[in-house]
Amino acid sequence: MDVWRASAPEGATPTPSARGGEEEGTVPVSSNPMIEVRGLTKRYGEVTAVRDLSFDVLPGRVTGFLGPNGAGKTTTMRLILGLAYPDAGTARIDGKPYASLAYPMREVGALLDARAVHGGRSAYNHLLCLAQTNNLPRKRVGEVLELVGLTEVARRRTKGFSLGMAQRLGIAATLLGDPAVLMFDEPINGLDPEGILWIRTFMKALAAEGRTIFVSSHLMSEMQNTADHLIVIGRGHLLAKCSMEEFIARASGQTVRVATPQADVLAKAVAEAGGSAVSGAGGTLVVSGLLAEQVGHIAFEHGVQLNELTVVRASLEAAFMELTADSVEYRAGAEGTQGQPAGPGQPPRELAAPGRPGYDGRS
Amino acid sequence: MATITRQAPVLPALSGRAGFGGTLRSEFTKIGSVRSTYQTLLVLFAVSVVIGAAISAISANFWSNTPPADRTPFDATQLSLAGMLVLGQLVIVVPGALALTAEYSTGMIRTSLIAMPRRIVLYLAKAVAFAVVALVVSLATAFTAFFLGQSLLASTHHSATLAGPGVLRAVIGSALYITLCGLFSLGAAAIIRNTAATITAMIGLLFVLPVLVNLLPWRNDLVRWLPSSAARAISATVWNSGPQNAHQFSPWGQFAVFAICTAVLLVVGGILFRKRDA
Repeated sequence: MDVWRASAPEGATPTPSARGGEEEGTVPVSSNPMIEVRGLTKRYGEVTAVRDLSFDVLPGRVTGFLGPNGAGKTTTMRLILGLAYPDAGTARIDGKPYASLAYPMREVGALLDARAVHGGRSAYNHLLCLAQTNNLPRKRVGEVLELVGLTEVARRRTKGFSLGMAQRLGIAATLLGDPAVLMFDEPINGLDPEGILWIRTFMKALAAEGRTIFVSSHLMSEMQNTADHLIVIGRGHLLAKCSMEEFIARASGQTVRVATPQADVLAKAVAEAGGSAVSGAGGTLVVSGLLAEQVGHIAFEHGVQLNELTVVRASLEAAFMELTADSVEYRAGAEGTQGQPAGPGQPPRELAAPGRPGYDGRS
Repeated sequence: MATITRQAPVLPALSGRAGFGGTLRSEFTKIGSVRSTYQTLLVLFAVSVVIGAAISAISANFWSNTPPADRTPFDATQLSLAGMLVLGQLVIVVPGALALTAEYSTGMIRTSLIAMPRRIVLYLAKAVAFAVVALVVSLATAFTAFFLGQSLLASTHHSATLAGPGVLRAVIGSALYITLCGLFSLGAAAIIRNTAATITAMIGLLFVLPVLVNLLPWRNDLVRWLPSSAARAISATVWNSGPQNAHQFSPWGQFAVFAICTAVLLVVGGILFRKRDA
């Protein structure tokens, strides 16, 4: 029995409800944030898991929540959902604290850990007991089971489920209330390529229906194909929040490496043309802000001899790693000396570090 | 799996908010959908009835050899319920604890709290659902043990009937006692959040503590404050003025001591359940 494949062949766009349109580009994007996080702080003893975190998550797109392992992604999601209480700050869903929502499952579907189910209970009964808390009709259980392709194993105890099946069951639970906001914590972890594709497609389809999708990951490559917007955190605080295009533009930001015996002349000419040039390794110039053609043209105009003209394109993965490198190093290096630097009010090291692209970190 | 419903109907609009009613139904579903519930409650029934019957049968068998001085006070009702009161109380603490600790050990508690983030509602629904199930099973167990025990004691001509003084109170009270033991365990589970530790604590409290207190010189002053003293008091139909009983409250008074202890524990458990990170 191929549970995994059950709904996949039907096409790449599973449609969780009748709410959305099939056409691309007609996405109703409201500018009202569905998730608002303000100054969120959570300490566990000496360790600050989340530090003064503020961001918005908007509807109609997939917002990737990115950060290395231990950055505080799960903690942030737990705080948003009221599973843990913050030491400072607030998290609101559609303007209200999660616990105040009239029917939480009809407004938010959240999957933090697909294995957080009682293994002795059947898939059907697991979903039923969740549905009942929010007065959802019993038939909805069958519908979401079908949606994720678990109908055949509905009566089986979840103990025997593979991770992929458990993940689907978790997603089914999030869809019970047909919510406008969906949160997934590392949904792709441990899945096979087919499962990854299925979840990606699913999330995009949900966003296309105008829903708010907030999904965490520690891998940039995962987000690259899924997310429209990014929130990057490291060591519990915000490193960047920007659109995916912006991130790509900056990451692959047209850096041009030029080797020339007349570096001074070229640097001056580049500056006049609105670019900037700094000396790179081995007597080269690294030009940013101009395209390779433009640099070549300037050199030609000024009669500068070029020995090399190379477009340097950083990968997204590299950009992400560079962005978070400090927070990772910092964490590893700070083992013995806890409770130091970066106190409140002090700008985060990562943003102050020179040579870092100017992400919209704090505004 | 050829046909797949691509479009689920949008859910009907609902007024009000998710609350106790739905959560209670959910908790009944939870209790009814795992094997451990049936296993532990079956053990409760079997142990209580079998041990009660065995004690009754042995008493009846040795009746003719028992000197008349030892025959009084003879409490046929209590005798038939002894299996339930002594061993059943240790069995019921298992589902009582599991009602909460199984959610912690599996991580289900987080899934439950995402569905129903109003924690006190979830906690109360859990306690009420468990109490209802435990009471129904305890009543069935108590009456079965009583009738079976009395039929085995018939030969002594001292067997009890429900019409006898205090008999109905003893049978129903014993079922209530077992239910309270389960609730006590649930309250402790909310504080301890670990199955093994909770059950160990319960065994210590219900089984070991009375034995230890009995070794103390002040035992007669202390014993009335023990939760477990409710078991003997509530199941007694012959209340003599022996040295032990002289220091105890009435059956319902002794029961109230345990009920108050349970209520306090449930409240403390509820406060912690509300306050702590899940």
